[in-house]
Amino acid sequence: MSRNIKGGIAGIVSAAVLAIAGTASADSNEPIKIPIKNWSSQIVMAHVIGGIFESIGATVEYVPVDNQASFEAVRVGDIHILHEVWQSTMQNAYYSAMEKGGLIDAGTHDAETLEEMGVPNWVVDQGLCPGLPSWEALKDCYANFATPDSGGKGRWLEGPQSWHGDIMPNRLKGLGLDDTWVVKFAGAADALWAELEAAKKEGRGTVIFNWTPNFTDAEGFTFIEFPPYYDGCRIVDGGDVSTTGCGSPTGWLKKGAHYKLPKTHPQAYTVFSKLTFNTPQIGSMAALVDLDKMTHEDAAAKWLADNEDVWKPWTESVLGESN
Amino acid sequence: MAAPRISRKTIGFGVLFSVFLLLCLLVNPSDANWLWRLPPLLKDLPFIINDTVQNLLFEWMPIEVYDPTIDDYETKPLFREVTRAISSTLLLIIDAVREVMLGGVKTIVAFTDWNFINENPWLRWPALPWTVITGWAILLGYRLQGTGLAALAAFSMVYVSVFGQWEPSMQTLSFVLVAAPVSVVLGLGLGIWAFRNRAVEAALNPLLNVAQTMPHYSYLVPVIVLFGVGDHAAAIATIIFATPPMVRLTLLGLKNVPAEVVEAGIMNGCGRFQLLFRVLVPTAKRDVLIGVNQVVMQCLAMTVIASFIGAQGLGSNLMIALNSLKVGTGIEIGLCIVLIAVVLDRMSLAWAHKQTDYFADLSFFERHRLVIMLVAILVAGCLLAWAGSFIFEEGRNYLYIVPHNKGITTAPFWQAAVDWTWDTFFFTLKGFNEFLITKVLFPMRDLYLGMPVIATFVLMMGTAFLLDGVKSALIVGVFLLFIAFSEYWDRALITAYMASFSVMVAAVVGLVVGTLCAQNRLATRVALLVCDFLQTFPSFIYLIPVIMLFGITDTSVIIASVVYAMVPATRYTVEGLRSVPEVIQEAGTMSGVSRMQRLVQIEFPLAFPHIMLGLNQTVIFGLFMVIIGAFIGTTDLGQLILGAISDPRGTGIGLTLGLCVAFIGLAVDQIIRTWAERRKKELDLG
Repeated sequence: MSRNIKGGIAGIVSAAVLAIAGTASADSNEPIKIPIKNWSSQIVMAHVIGGIFESIGATVEYVPVDNQASFEAVRVGDIHILHEVWQSTMQNAYYSAMEKGGLIDAGTHDAETLEEMGVPNWVVDQGLCPGLPSWEALKDCYANFATPDSGGKGRWLEGPQSWHGDIMPNRLKGLGLDDTWVVKFAGAADALWAELEAAKKEGRGTVIFNWTPNFTDAEGFTFIEFPPYYDGCRIVDGGDVSTTGCGSPTGWLKKGAHYKLPKTHPQAYTVFSKLTFNTPQIGSMAALVDLDKMTHEDAAAKWLADNEDVWKPWTESVLGESN
Repeated sequence: MAAPRISRKTIGFGVLFSVFLLLCLLVNPSDANWLWRLPPLLKDLPFIINDTVQNLLFEWMPIEVYDPTIDDYETKPLFREVTRAISSTLLLIIDAVREVMLGGVKTIVAFTDWNFINENPWLRWPALPWTVITGWAILLGYRLQGTGLAALAAFSMVYVSVFGQWEPSMQTLSFVLVAAPVSVVLGLGLGIWAFRNRAVEAALNPLLNVAQTMPHYSYLVPVIVLFGVGDHAAAIATIIFATPPMVRLTLLGLKNVPAEVVEAGIMNGCGRFQLLFRVLVPTAKRDVLIGVNQVVMQCLAMTVIASFIGAQGLGSNLMIALNSLKVGTGIEIGLCIVLIAVVLDRMSLAWAHKQTDYFADLSFFERHRLVIMLVAILVAGCLLAWAGSFIFEEGRNYLYIVPHNKGITTAPFWQAAVDWTWDTFFFTLKGFNEFLITKVLFPMRDLYLGMPVIATFVLMMGTAFLLDGVKSALIVGVFLLFIAFSEYWDRALITAYMASFSVMVAAVVGLVVGTLCAQNRLATRVALLVCDFLQTFPSFIYLIPVIMLFGITDTSVIIASVVYAMVPATRYTVEGLRSVPEVIQEAGTMSGVSRMQRLVQIEFPLAFPHIMLGLNQTVIFGLFMVIIGAFIGTTDLGQLILGAISDPRGTGIGLTLGLCVAFIGLAVDQIIRTWAERRKKELDLG
């Protein structure tokens, strides 16, 4: 194909694209697309960030999207930001999108996350596994956690395999628990919660993968204490079976953006990269929905109104520039 | 004549099973033994596919596109620009329909730009008050069929708005109002083409099977790259999924048109076109309309999955509710989806039935009156909304749009029902579950996994050979060979075990229930309504109580799969038996056959094509749901597909796995279809 035809097609296509020529310093009027995923804190935070963007005069649009699919979408520019990227479940997708190009790192939240195996508090209260939260307790109490399909072993209910691969089965081997415990992969987060609810009603023991901040915090959840994590203990990081008994590290919570955002919306991008939430703040966003039963939109509006001293400073420099 | 042939076949099957069993016993289960497991020769295929797709999506035929927002040229592949153009057209239409109902600025933006809108904030398309849309729906229902449909429309619209689901419902509706007509037209066109051209029919059949069985999330990423995230991408995925039944039913209907009718048409001097649209399609109307029903049902069945790639509305709200275990809210939203499906379906059917006797005495005045009434409702609704703006506080005008989640809620009631189910049945079910898993399912799974690869081939290819001949056997063999050479044979066996168990249960139950219900007019209607309900009520909702009752086990997956696969088995049996002309039934009765004889000797043979299509769809639906079962937690192909999405080279892995699933479906379909066609010839129906 000759250069001319290519140029011609390019011309037609670019003419067809609705052109908005923004000045270099001001933000484009095109809406910033914010992803809506399927857990409370993420949705409330989406509306909080949307509200902050609107306060500096930007237009926003909320797009529902599957978590795994969002990393490809942000690369291509169908959504513009990712505001809650959890280390242990999403870092693979995050860095592989970055490697392929199109996603840029937009900073890290103050919040430290913990994602670990644990038991609901009633399991501890009923003495189903004396000695918890130390992992050593698991050696003796496995029979209380058996299910019809676990073949007499205790069952570890792990999240979908796409979250951590084989880390949990390897951890069982590393701890020498693989004779008495077996890992089962749940298919989605709601399967985990259904199991939690069923176990509670039946009053039987269950060991499941969970994280904090999460809505389960309200009912009380105890994370098991494993041998501490260190760099290189996992097999993917060069460890071997003798070292894989380590627990989960406390994780980061990152933000990401489409690579064009700093150019198209420099002010909004500045605010977004300054913005950071800590664990209690994220917890309070989720609690407005999960405990106070507000809608996500109302929760975000209330949170913005109650916490102006938190978020106003992030917008000040930008508003000062343009005023 | 018939007797010796049957016995030869029986002997054939006897020999086949003996060889199969011998192979199972004799082949040494070791990975080095090729008779036990074939080597993964296609191990690199996922990566080849991945590179090819990536090349197509990101590199092939690059063109320079100027992007004014960053004041620079970008290199984009031509193919993606084309697909993006298609999807943005689709988005424009969906947005336009949506904004008629809910208001907004996007349609105006499409013809101007965002700067213009920001400078003129008054420029905003207003929403139609919910009272207007409700009034229109009731009027339309009344005019199309009468008080019954009007009442149904009224109930549904009021339900949707009273429970504060108006906005998401209209978002979903606007999406379906675009996806469904496209699917119907596409399906009708392809069906007619396939009817006219045998080569097209032969080529289309595997494509339709792949479109229906290939799990959506195996091509989620390419769809997102090619078509974007949003309602447009979701609409395309929905169209791919909803069109196949329409094609199949159009084809089935056209094939069943008696030769006499066609001859009469030709004798009356019909042209090609006239023959098609004045004779063939109207005669096949019954089946074409079942196709329309299926399109509507499938479109709404997809709402939840469509929300994974950005469809707004009920589906995404449902997933949010379920992820914090709000089953009550989930059921409420699920009922909205079912109601929309039923109303749309009944309206489209009534409209199709109306049209034929409508043209005859349509007076100018009559049409005028309808328009006047529609306008009157519009004016009245707007006035009400205007009056409402004085009564209610800002942003909560209940006479304009009931704000989302601000209506009455029945969630506590449904929650209580779920709790009651638990309290009443849990301990009985627990024993049943344990028995099923340890005594039935796991032994069955171990049997499947204990089959040497050579034995599986002998069984499947042998069956195809005995039923149809060498050609069928070879086709089945090729499909299986693909899976056997991939790394996923064991996973595929687990998929096959769950799918075959649920398909068998679903087919038997569906056939029996369908046959019983078809004996009575009222029972028929109830059965079809239940089918509509089960097909559109999102399985994700009842999966939660199912998971709570049966745990994250294969039982839960199989229950979901049986429930969903029962729908086509029942539906097509009922439709098939009901389509037997009364004249023939009466002729049978007059010849002195008993009720049972009539059923077995007359009605079943005549309903055979429908029942076989039902079986084909049962396999497809069952397989589909087993794969969706990955969201519960399985160890089969579905779980790997889910895992592939976060893999850097996941596109290729996902597509390969998707093909494995589709090929299982194709292999089974090949056997069922060829057998059915042979039977049809034997029954002299073909």
